[in-house]
Amino acid sequence: MTIDQPLLIAEGVTKHYGARTGCEDVSFELYPGEILAVVGESGSGKTTLLNGLSCRLPLTGGQVSYRMRDGTLRDLASLTEAERRFLMRTDWGFVHQNPADGLRMRVSAGANIGERMMAVGVRHYGRIRETADDWLTRVEINAGRIDENPASFSGGMRQRLQIARNLVSHPRLVFMDEPTGGLDVSVQARLLDLLRALVGEMGLSAILVTHDLAVARLLSHRMMVMKDGRVVETGLTDRVLDDPRHPYTQLLVASILEV
Amino acid sequence: MTANLPTYNFAYLDEETKRMIRRAVLKAVAIPGYQVPFASREMPMPYGWGTGGVQVTASIIGPDDVLKVIDQGSDDTTNAVSIRAFFANVANVAVTTKTGEATVIQTRHRIPETPLREGQTLVYQVPIPEPLRFLEPRETETRIMHALEEYGLMHVKLYEDIARNGHIATTYAYPVKVEGRYVMDPSPIPKFDNPKMDDCPALQLFGAGREQRIYAIPPHTRIESLDFEDHPFRVQEFDRPCGLCGATGVYLDEIVTDDRGGRLYACSDTDYCEERRMAGHVGPAL
Repeated sequence: MTIDQPLLIAEGVTKHYGARTGCEDVSFELYPGEILAVVGESGSGKTTLLNGLSCRLPLTGGQVSYRMRDGTLRDLASLTEAERRFLMRTDWGFVHQNPADGLRMRVSAGANIGERMMAVGVRHYGRIRETADDWLTRVEINAGRIDENPASFSGGMRQRLQIARNLVSHPRLVFMDEPTGGLDVSVQARLLDLLRALVGEMGLSAILVTHDLAVARLLSHRMMVMKDGRVVETGLTDRVLDDPRHPYTQLLVASILEV
Repeated sequence: MTANLPTYNFAYLDEETKRMIRRAVLKAVAIPGYQVPFASREMPMPYGWGTGGVQVTASIIGPDDVLKVIDQGSDDTTNAVSIRAFFANVANVAVTTKTGEATVIQTRHRIPETPLREGQTLVYQVPIPEPLRFLEPRETETRIMHALEEYGLMHVKLYEDIARNGHIATTYAYPVKVEGRYVMDPSPIPKFDNPKMDDCPALQLFGAGREQRIYAIPPHTRIESLDFEDHPFRVQEFDRPCGLCGATGVYLDEIVTDDRGGRLYACSDTDYCEERRMAGHVGPAL
């Protein structure tokens, strides 16, 4: 696979909830190594779009294609359930806003990280543990806490654990839904640093949903601005934030508090 | 007078119910390890006392069968005595305590020490048939996981065991893989008995009454206990022989004999122990 072939192509992605619109006619291409931020206010359809793209929600219309590891482009709707689930736990990651949704709260941190390895058939306890150890260090969690349940972790640690649990399978694409939501600013800053380093180091592609323009600025290369389920503006992150064209984007950018 | 009293159908259940259960049993035998749903009936005993096993036994037993019932290896505990009396009453079948003589053996939590032979059927009473239940509470999800062979979660449980205890601390209801396909809960038998299920010449049927599931291991099926390469499956080992019959390599019960710390370790399989003592074997406690 070469870098100039898109990893994921969305064409006219639409999701209706009965008569209401979740998102409407969203199209874009995501390239390997690229971070795309989807911004907009609450209720603008960001999370619906993310869930639709990641097969967590059936679409009303449109098509999402993904380039598999063997280089073939597949319509995600045509995958069998087994293929889709395999994709979700190997080639993809999904980072939830609330880490409790993405973690197994009743098993230890080590088992949380090891789950994906065991899911693809690793049957060597020592190796699983070594990898878990390594990943805890990489996400800046004291390796001594490997046998503790995430319930005893702080919010920031849980979020870092969730990231480790997703990245252990070396996914090529990570979906992130407000990964820094609910964390205080200093913890947010550390998490952003960490994410930026990991994403760069592993060459990940990511689709990042956030309402926080600063997060989009720090992490993303390109961004899409959504309002009422539609994309109103799209472009390179710096361009959109420094020179917003759509009135709504101008409003969003102007609403950022300065300290 | 007696002739006018209402009577039970042979083996308590009506024939239509038996047919329904037999269909479930046939399907279970055809797909080893797969949990077949069935319309479990109310039985004249509480859930948890073996209603699933009793329904399976009632559906497969015939007038010529010889029935043995064991509870934790023993023929003479309440559960075993009651179920044996129940079938002696409603099916008028011959009952026995000898493993070798029985054609149908209903069991709670043990496999007899005497090796089973072709033509025998072992019926297990199962409380919770779903091995993934405590890791994944949603039935819809566990069914998909079985269908797609997503059994990584089972190893998450074993991983937790080792992380917390240094070894796989699951000692009963130890998960097995049936013929390389379905992961199955062998009911709460000690893991000591797991190897006996492998390539067993007898038919093994599992009935869960409250959970309404039947599953089966046909004769000579490959049964593997799940483990890690660096933490292989091991059965319990006992460092002493049976106090009564001197048997080694059998599963022992710990029996408190007085209030001064006295302990007797004896075969949990009472029939096996008795037959050995009849044959003249004597243990160190006698």
